[in-house]
Amino acid sequence: MSKLLLLGDEAIGQAALDAGISGVYAYPGTPSTEIMEYVQHSKQAAEGQVHRSWSANEKTAMESAIGMSYAGKRALVCMKHVGLNVAADPFMNSAITGANGGLVYLIADDPSMHSSQDEQDSRFFAKFAYIPVFEPSNQQEAYDMTYDAFAFSEKYRIPVMLRVTTRLAHSRAGVAKKESLPQNEVKLCDNKKQFILLPAHARVFYRELLAKQPLLEKESVESKYNQYIDGSDKSMGVIVSGIAYNYLMENYVGTKCPYPVLKITQYPIPTQLVARMVNECETVLVAEEGYPLIEEQLKGLLNAGKPVKGRLDGTLPRDGELNPNLLAVALGLTDTYGADVPEIVAPRPPALCLGCPHIDSYTALNQAMEQYGPGRVFSDIGCYTLGALPPYNAIYSTVDMGASITMAKGASDAGLRPAVAVIGDSTFTHSGITSLLDCVVENTPVTVFILDNFTTGMTGGQDSHALGRIGNICKGLGVAEEHIRVITPLKKNHETNLQIVKEELEYQGVSVIIPTRECVQTLKKKLTKK
Amino acid sequence: MKIDIILAGVGGQGILSIASIIGYAALKKGLHLKQAEVHGMSQRGGDVQSHFRLADHEIASDLIPQGQADLIISVEPMESLRYLPWLSSKGWLITNDQPFINIPNYPAPEVLSAELNKLPNKVVINADKIAKELGSARSANMVILGAASPFIEIDFKDIENAVSEVFARKGEEIVNTNLACLRAGREFAQQNK
Repeated sequence: MSKLLLLGDEAIGQAALDAGISGVYAYPGTPSTEIMEYVQHSKQAAEGQVHRSWSANEKTAMESAIGMSYAGKRALVCMKHVGLNVAADPFMNSAITGANGGLVYLIADDPSMHSSQDEQDSRFFAKFAYIPVFEPSNQQEAYDMTYDAFAFSEKYRIPVMLRVTTRLAHSRAGVAKKESLPQNEVKLCDNKKQFILLPAHARVFYRELLAKQPLLEKESVESKYNQYIDGSDKSMGVIVSGIAYNYLMENYVGTKCPYPVLKITQYPIPTQLVARMVNECETVLVAEEGYPLIEEQLKGLLNAGKPVKGRLDGTLPRDGELNPNLLAVALGLTDTYGADVPEIVAPRPPALCLGCPHIDSYTALNQAMEQYGPGRVFSDIGCYTLGALPPYNAIYSTVDMGASITMAKGASDAGLRPAVAVIGDSTFTHSGITSLLDCVVENTPVTVFILDNFTTGMTGGQDSHALGRIGNICKGLGVAEEHIRVITPLKKNHETNLQIVKEELEYQGVSVIIPTRECVQTLKKKLTKK
Repeated sequence: MKIDIILAGVGGQGILSIASIIGYAALKKGLHLKQAEVHGMSQRGGDVQSHFRLADHEIASDLIPQGQADLIISVEPMESLRYLPWLSSKGWLITNDQPFINIPNYPAPEVLSAELNKLPNKVVINADKIAKELGSARSANMVILGAASPFIEIDFKDIENAVSEVFARKGEEIVNTNLACLRAGREFAQQNK
């Protein structure tokens, strides 16, 4: 069969469908978004009636998938690395319950923070939960590992993490497809207590999880995905994980790496293979895309063994993503470089689109805040985070999904008045609702802007759970109706909107302003479709 | 044989349409291909680039090493210069000369063209004007692809076929306009390289 030209993300989506999943659960987040989008556009998914709607957030997504696994069917959950923080509760505990139908957690990390607020390495989370990880180095492996991960999950009755990073998620290459498997039938687990984590049960299941660890490590040692490639020069051995393998090999195109290479793409770490390398080589270089997980363990607290080079001793940078040039330097090879970027080349940061409704919201807010001074507006994660940049300079925080409202509450509790939150519609239903409830219960003086552009904008315009619901959600939470102010953010309404914002900033209780106008990008897409 | 190309532009300018044509032609030839794209935050009017790699052997890295790109193909002149660290000493820079100005400190036109003139191997082309004259301002990307085509080791006929097939569902008129733009770009490069 001819190869399909797929993004890493798309390869994962196709493999999951071919592995017979019955559902994908996800919340959009770069660089994981394209997996769900691929499945949503797939004819195969439609024919198999595979669940493929977005969830409210990563926690609800993962819990739904655990429910599907409980019922005996295969489920894929997709999120970006910081989404796993939101889903940490079901994530950790599902390691204890274990899986019934194959359960795979796809976590897309973003080293170098191309579109994220941190570069946390999800392999640490998997180690924390004691679950196995597959970390593909290329698009074909992304396909093959996803395909295999469901059966692996069912064999050991454990959730499996698939970890990718931005470069693989968003890079295209040819991928060969395998045979499509049928979906599982509904089948409950034999032990009807498996998902009841009462302490008395959980203690038993936790010991079972610990007892699986040597078996999982044996799998890692024997795995076709973990390869020991011998080399003649034993002065150094090289351990590479995931995509770092490609950057190593880029330095040996048309020739062979003289050093023994251990490619690790399945975890727990295959200790036996690592031991062989340490025994046979004088030094070890470790190259990992992310935090130094393997390197730290190899070095140990006392660093008493053979010399280990990598991110911790400065052989490779301590942070950020790797590339072929960094590996060349670490290997002592000649680095290559073109010419410097001319000084006249100015930075071109992302910006709000021409005609974006957020521009009008920020213009009104900025003018209303003039009399109070800077530092009183808390914001959130989305396109409107760009309000932190010139010419707006409108916001003073962006920490995590939903934090704008609760940080404004805490600042208000501390006496900072007015305290303002700016949050998008999709972010509000992701994690802002409980924050607003906290404010309502104490009637904390805060002014909350919920920017309703009918979509999840930053990730490319996915459906938002908030659509048509925000006013009623606020009412239901107990926000006084006269302090729920819906405005239309347009230049021609500026004076009216400014007046409304000023009034609500003076109100000593919970008020919500909902600037409502469709995202210009989704509007444009709709118009071109017509 | 290998061809490493940095595609450059501003988010929303559609640099990936160039990549999809070359990719289509390359796959037909049975070449290996890797293409790293930028999705997410930068797509909102920020600088974007794609690493596009073709070879007749397996390709290791999704990223082109600095100093080893054979071509920079850019739809915007200032953006073409941002990736000079990647361009090999023998490499060529092909760029549109029409600026996309969405920042206050964009360099003056004469300063920009002076920088471009310093480069030994370049094709600087007003793709917008050529595309407009041929009846479709939106096909400037095909003019640029045409201008880059003499430097890509794929038969021009195969690139033409790829354009025809990729645009086929949009109708014969659009196919012909895009082919005309492609050929005009190629002609310009052959006369001005």
